[in-house]
Formats: sequence, C-alpha cells, structure tokens
Amino acid sequence: MTATHDPTIPPPRRLKPWNAVERGLAKVGISGRMLVLFAPALWLLIFFLVPLAVVFGISLATKQFGRPPYSALLSTEDGTVQLTLHLSNYIRIFTDNLYVAAYLSSIRIAAISTVITLLVGYPMAYAIARADDRWRNILLMLVILPFFTSFLLRVYALTGFMRGNGVINQLLGLFGIEPLVMMQTDFAVYVGIVYTYLPFMILPLYTTLVKLDVSLFEASADLGGRPMRTFLSITLPLSLPGIIAGSMLVFIPAIGEFVIPSLLGGPETLMIGRVLWDEFFTAANWPRAAAVAVAMLVVVVVPIMLMQRAQSAVVEK
Amino acid sequence: MAKKPQQLAVDTRPWRDTANHKPFVRIKNVTKKFGDVSAVNDVSLDIYRSELFCLLGGSGSGKSTLLRMLAGFETPTSGTIEIDGQDMTNVAPYNRPVNMMFQSYALFPHMSVEQNIAYGLKRDHLPKGEIADRVAELLSLVKLQDYGRRRPHQLSGGQRQRVALARALAKRPKLLLLDEPLGALDKKLREETQFELVKIQESLGVTFIVVTHDQEEAMTLATRIGVMNQGEIAMIGEPTDIYEFPNSRFVANFIGSANMVEGVVTEDEPGHVRIRSAELGCDIYVGHGVDCAPDQLLWWAIRPEKMSLSREKPEALHDANVTSGVVEEIAYLGDISLYQVALESGKRIRVSQTNSVRGNPDAITWEEKVYITWGDSSGSVLTV
Repeated sequence: MTATHDPTIPPPRRLKPWNAVERGLAKVGISGRMLVLFAPALWLLIFFLVPLAVVFGISLATKQFGRPPYSALLSTEDGTVQLTLHLSNYIRIFTDNLYVAAYLSSIRIAAISTVITLLVGYPMAYAIARADDRWRNILLMLVILPFFTSFLLRVYALTGFMRGNGVINQLLGLFGIEPLVMMQTDFAVYVGIVYTYLPFMILPLYTTLVKLDVSLFEASADLGGRPMRTFLSITLPLSLPGIIAGSMLVFIPAIGEFVIPSLLGGPETLMIGRVLWDEFFTAANWPRAAAVAVAMLVVVVVPIMLMQRAQSAVVEK
Repeated sequence: MAKKPQQLAVDTRPWRDTANHKPFVRIKNVTKKFGDVSAVNDVSLDIYRSELFCLLGGSGSGKSTLLRMLAGFETPTSGTIEIDGQDMTNVAPYNRPVNMMFQSYALFPHMSVEQNIAYGLKRDHLPKGEIADRVAELLSLVKLQDYGRRRPHQLSGGQRQRVALARALAKRPKLLLLDEPLGALDKKLREETQFELVKIQESLGVTFIVVTHDQEEAMTLATRIGVMNQGEIAMIGEPTDIYEFPNSRFVANFIGSANMVEGVVTEDEPGHVRIRSAELGCDIYVGHGVDCAPDQLLWWAIRPEKMSLSREKPEALHDANVTSGVVEEIAYLGDISLYQVALESGKRIRVSQTNSVRGNPDAITWEEKVYITWGDSSGSVLTV
C-alpha cells in the first residue's frame, strides 16, 4: 500500500506505441475523437458528396454526342477560362408536363403506399410488441425473413401471384369467378411497394411500441378510457416518433422506386424513377437525367427538413 | 403512529361491530392462478367504508395481484369481488368505481399535469368549466397550484407522486387503490407524505387500500393491516393487534423483531399456562388461559422491548420468567440500546433498553452476566 504512494519511486513507465502518434496529432490540433469522426466523414465525402456534386455539375450541361455525352462546364478559349452553365434542363423539367406529372404521380403513389403500409404495419407491430417473450423474437424474425432473399426475386414472385393465370386467379376460378386483371396496373404497384417496404414500417414502430410502459394503458383504462380511447389518446400519440420514422423510411425510397413500377406497373404508371431511367438509357440524355435526379432530391429533402423542424418544435414544447 | 382520540372511539371502527356494518369491499374466496402457480390462494377479506386498509407482505406474497384484481386488471380464477354491494368480479377496469395510484405513477408523459388530472374527468364527459374547477381544486389539494402546465418529466419525484394521487382522486372514486404509494420517495419525504396521505384520506372519507412491503409505512397509515404470505392472508388486524398479538410465528417474525423459543406445556389451567423451555433455560408462566393441551409442543414469542436486564437476580414469581446469560453484542441506537444475550443453551435473545440516563457510566456492558426477566403476559403463545 505504502509503496505506491512513495514519491521517491517513479510510477512504472508503460509502453505506448501510439503515444508519439497521439502527441504528434495533438500538436496540430487533432484529437482521437476527431479521428473517429473523420473516418465516416471521409466515406460520405468520397462516396456521397463528390458524386452528388458530379451529378449536379452534369445537370448544368447540355447533351452532346461523343464521350462523355455532355458538354464541358469549363472551356478555355484564347487563354480565358469560361464557365458555361445551362439551366435549360431545369427549365424543361418544370415546364414540361411529363416531368411535373411524373413527380406528382410519384409523390401520390408513394404517399398512398405509405398510408397503406402504416395501416397494415401498425397492428402487426403492436401485436409483436405485446406478444409473449417467447413469440416476440420469432415474429420479429419472420418480419426480417424476406430480406434473406433477393428483392428482385420477390418482386418477380409477385407477378406469379397476380398475372392472368396466376395463383390468385386460379383460386378465384375454383369458385367460378372471372379472372381479375391485376398486373400492369397501379394496384400491382401498390401491392409491390407495400409488400417490399412493410418491414421498414414495422421495425421502427415496434421499437417505439415495445418501450411503452404497460401501466400507462392500465392507468387510462382505470380512469375510464375504453380500449379505443386509450389507443387514440395514449398509444397513438406516444408512438408518433415510430410512425414518423417508419413513414419516412417507406415514403422516401418509394418516391424514387424504379424496379417495382417497371415490373408490376403498366404503361400508364408514371413514376419519376422510370422517367429517369428512360432519360438516361433510352434517350441517353445524361444532363436531363441528372437534373431529374437533383430535382427529385430537392422534392424529398425539403419535406424531410420541414418535418424534422416541426418534430423538434414539438419535443421542445 | 398515534391517532386522534376521537378516531379511537369504537363507533368509527366498523370492523369491530360486524353485525351492524356492511362491508364496503367484500373479497370472497378469491384465487388467482398464473399457470399452475397460485399467486392468490382462497383469500376472503372484508373492508369497511372510509378504512385505510394496508395489504402488507413481502415480494411474491400476492398483495399486488389482489390489488390488481380489485382494479380489474386481472380476473380471479375463482371467487367473487363485491364493491359497495355490487359484484365486480368480471367488470372491466373502465367501468369500475375504483381508481388506482400506480407504483410507477404511470403519468402520461405527453400531457401536462392539468391534462393528466383531467383525463378521467373527460372520460365522464363533464362540462369544460367543471373539469377546470375540479382540476384547480385537486391541484390545491396536493399543493401544486403553480405546476399545472408542466410536463411530468419537469417535476421532482415527490411532485409526480402528488400528481398521481390527484389524478387518482379526480373522479371521486368510492375506493382508491394505492400500489406502494411512497415506495419511490426518499426517507424524509416519505415520512412527510405519509401524514399528508392520511390527512387527505380522512378529509375526503374515501376508502383506501394500500399495498406495501414496508411495515413501518403500514403501521403509520393503516386502520387495519392484512398481512399476506404466499398468496394467503396470514393475519388481519389493527396495527397494535398485529404487533402485540401476532397469531402465528410468521406474523411475529415478519412484523418487527421477536425472540422465539420452543417449549412444552406443563400446566394448562383456565387462568394460566406454564411452558417449559429448554432453549430459554427456565419456565415461562403465562398469566392467561391458552387453547392448548398438556405436553403440547408450541412456540413463545416476545419483543425485545418487553424484557428487562439486570445485574442482580430479580425475584422470580411463580418460579418462572427469569433466565440469565452473557452480553455478547450491544447496538447503541441513541434512544435505545439493543443487547444480544447468549443463554446457556446457546440461544441468543435480544433485549432493548431505553437509554433514559444520559451517557450512563453504569450501563451494562460486554461480557457481563445478566438476568433477563419479563411480565407474565408480555409474550405471545403461538401454536402455528
């Protein structure tokens, strides 16, 4: 005991190979904490921000034949550097009815799908959250299970169910019901989106619902709240963070969805993802496609920012 | 704790006069099983109007399950529950004239204090003005007038407890159930709140049923206590009955501390009983009749404060009730000192002595040989 407190004996020196590195970095004002943040920041910079900037750059060019298939932004002529920015792509997007209609239709389809996913997912999430401990993990596993197969395969499998001589129509045929036309309709697109994105709705809802204290529901019942009143006044408002998170996780990717509308949707199913694809691969108009992508980003990001603002305002209250 | 004298008048204690008073809550042969385990086993209990009844027991004794059945959160496997003459056994919680104060308080986190208190009133569709009046009245009852607009997370533990009480009282229930109402408060606050709770209960005249594991709390609050053990009621009685006249070894040990010895009946007369105890090293003379038979094996329990210590051998009346031993441990608690005395048999007896002389230099100390003596009705004879 006394030896460790004896000031004449210096503490044992520990070998720290990183000490020198740490000290060196500290001299230039870099701490270990900054290093930890630096890695993901670098990742985002290289794989997200730089490509985004490139896309934004291309959106300000015009289509031309050759390689690359768009005009250069910077050109040198007689020793002067010239920056040429074309706004024509954006002007076109907002004046051409096709694009405006595609955006509106995408938002509409995504919004309706989100509502349906919420209506289907909420009871499922609620049931899982209230299930017996033994069942809860099995049920959660079942929700995640579809991710073990390829998304593309699952969407193809849906066509097997919904096509003219598919499983559903064969079943209906047994009861003498005329076959329904489901494929190549908006209905099929909704089925596809709801089916694909359901887990993204269930999981955040589940995490908020499972954390709710059961005694809150009991307190509501005790004070005279019937089950429906308890749900509307207690469960629903307290699960709002899960509803918002789940809806965002479904709504945002659904807007730009390409595979589902092209495999299940008909020619009249207009979604911005398909327009983008056509612009890029069929018309080979990279600048127009880039402008469509940037505009879509704005369409998605702006409502999210507004929503987050509203949410934090609610929390502060 | 001492109660006001007028409260001790016989007419305010209906459980002493069951012929003329109808019980307000009547629990009849209630059993609750979870799978194969019975949490509550054939419990029958009558509680009278304006009582403050405490269900006291350790964890797993079934006291909370019994309370939850009164609230309607659990349905009895068998038996009936009647409240104010009406069968409530299978009535949903939202249709019962009963409110509960939860151990965790269960305040709605997304509502202000006012909204929490008004929640039950809104369910009754009272007019807005009346709700506002009632909320203001309750806020002043629990002394939180200035906190109506706060959210629960902006309140201290004691304030939350009072909001929970106000919310539970808002609908003027006939019966209020309180699950460990003071459990989450620190000691000082708990003592203050105990008296406030009793005051509120007396002024409103509501029947309270309190579940607690804290015997001091039960003694302070209760008009009567029901001691629960392993799903059954071990004893029902006023705090003094439970403490002074326990009916079983479990109750004697569970409430306060008791010295317990085994003995054999040697004389069984209507006016007195003599018990020979090898453990105690002397005879026990009990100055009243006991329902027992000669040669019966039984137990005798005595509280530490009911015995006294002396260096000189006291006069042994009836040639009993005096034994001797050596002081082994002394715990000085300020007001009293607790002595642990080892008898010749090896049995250890705890005796407490009031420290009536300041810094007594002549106090009995370690390793001293002492005599222990007690009155002929100081202990309880227990057959179970």
